[in-house]
Amino acid sequence: MNLAFQLAYKNLMGAGLRTWLNVGVLSFSFIIIIFYNGLIDGWNEQAKRDSIAWEYGYGQLLNSEYDPFDPFTILDGHGTLKEEQRKNLTPILIRQASVYPDGRMLSVALKGVDVNQSTLELPIQALKESTTAIPAMIGENMANAAKLKEGDEVLLRWRDKGGTFDAANITIVKVFDTDVPTVDNGQIWIPIQKLWDMTGLQNHATLFVANEQFQATNIPGWKFQSQEELLSDLTDIIAMKKVSGSIMYLLLLAIALLAIFDTQVLSVFRRQKEIGTYIALGMTRSQVVGLFTVEGSMYSLLAMVVGSIVGIPLFTYLAKTGIAFPAASQDIGIALADRIYPVFGIQLVLTTILLVVVAATIVSFLPAKKISKMNPVLALKGKLQ
Amino acid sequence: MKYLMSFLLLASFGLLPAQNTDTYPDALTIIEKVDANLVSDSQITESEMVIHGRRNSRTVRSIGYTMGNEKSFSEYLAPAKEKGTKMLKLEDRLWIYSPDTDRSIQLSGHMLKQSVMGSDLSYEDMMEDRKLTEMYDAEVTGSETIDGRATWILELNAKVEDVAYDSRKMWVDQERFVPLKEELYAKSGQLLKRVTMTDVAKIDGRWFPKKMNYKDMLKSGEGTDFIVLSIQFNPDIPEHIFSKASLRM
Repeated sequence: MNLAFQLAYKNLMGAGLRTWLNVGVLSFSFIIIIFYNGLIDGWNEQAKRDSIAWEYGYGQLLNSEYDPFDPFTILDGHGTLKEEQRKNLTPILIRQASVYPDGRMLSVALKGVDVNQSTLELPIQALKESTTAIPAMIGENMANAAKLKEGDEVLLRWRDKGGTFDAANITIVKVFDTDVPTVDNGQIWIPIQKLWDMTGLQNHATLFVANEQFQATNIPGWKFQSQEELLSDLTDIIAMKKVSGSIMYLLLLAIALLAIFDTQVLSVFRRQKEIGTYIALGMTRSQVVGLFTVEGSMYSLLAMVVGSIVGIPLFTYLAKTGIAFPAASQDIGIALADRIYPVFGIQLVLTTILLVVVAATIVSFLPAKKISKMNPVLALKGKLQ
Repeated sequence: MKYLMSFLLLASFGLLPAQNTDTYPDALTIIEKVDANLVSDSQITESEMVIHGRRNSRTVRSIGYTMGNEKSFSEYLAPAKEKGTKMLKLEDRLWIYSPDTDRSIQLSGHMLKQSVMGSDLSYEDMMEDRKLTEMYDAEVTGSETIDGRATWILELNAKVEDVAYDSRKMWVDQERFVPLKEELYAKSGQLLKRVTMTDVAKIDGRWFPKKMNYKDMLKSGEGTDFIVLSIQFNPDIPEHIFSKASLRM
């Protein structure tokens, strides 16, 4: 086997440019696979971290009438909990409302949040300290959509518990920056005590966000969704992205493997005399097949070396500085930061190495197995078989 | 259109007599006369809705069939883009049929708050059909001249919790007993919507406003005009019109 490696190495080095072209394409695929997966993993980590910090906490207790994916359920999907059941929970009440910035009407979800909570990262301090009649905070996306800024007053129209319209000016006391669009787009946050007064729904909440100490128990009329359940949609979306992205880099890998396959076919065809000589010198056919297979798979080992020389400094740099995403891409509806820091885990690198080496070995073996059917005499003479 | 008409007509339904002064007539008497002009058991109305946008205006023509307060059916006749669109309202449920997709959808929840074809009216406004007598106390608070016509000013205040508008103000023509203007207010006293009725004409012995402007006071713009092209009071309307099957006919 050692001999096979030595011979394979000498043959590859002897092939010169042809070898380096194959290695170049393969190492490029290697880098792209690791880069893309690292980017997706980085996004996954960031999206989960931000979603937990801004929206999910350590799980949510939802009113059983409320479905977050069905806005029709907002109207009736709310209720109260007893004082002892509210421990370690932050209430959020959601109502539908409209704002009228510059004479335009925008439908919004009006969300009341406890200004003394510490489970979510919402900048509630601004709401707490404000002395305005109805202080409100909005995300940057909402501020851009409604053309509102801090200090602006805008007319809000809502309905109370009986369905009667009410309207008053609210003051935007804070425009916050978040990567989680589900707490930003089309939403206005006000103190829940204020929303209770405005709607007459004292102590009502649409959902409660749990903190770390919360122990889930079965409460009639409410359903608990754990952090994992809440994150499952995000995980599914990212997994789907990973699969769709893999098509691109698998195509690239296929091109590199095709190059190796071609090279192997050419080698077996053009090096018949050499094959005949190996057999005449006492090598078995399977040893010669092994030699050619090792030669082919050695492309992947060389590609790893080249990939490491280029990739390690590149990936180290990207993991530190992150990759900026344009502002427009923040509107896609799921948590996406303006800068993503790729995560290049050891599992990702090892899996990629295994994928490339195994694939290169298989495509090297397929043309080489023809050798096992060769007549050594004819091979020595260099006759076509 | 017919919903709005009904809504406005019903706005005048038997309001309770309130604290009248010596000089002002009884609010109930006024309302009963208004009802006699505007309310009928059934109606067929052909109308145009002129939606004034920021740059231009567009006109939607429709025909509507109304039976009582709970059943109504309307079909859009023009423009070509909207032609064939139908709406059916049975009690508090509303279906819309679109010929483009050949499907009917039921509207509920926040979708009812959406504007109807870009107008100042929401589907919810169109579905408003409860008698005001059930919802409001009323009194005559003054008189005013609008476009040369002397009117009584009626103020309506909610007496139940589940009403859309906490209070209303209505100007009723003192001779013809037709409302010429109505304002709808939020609980805070904020004016939300204003309806202005003009072109009052005598049709089948009733005084009737042939043009209404519906204006969302929180939005900029000129509001939406409703123009009655023709109206029949108390015609016989076949029951099958008010069925879901008629949406696809």
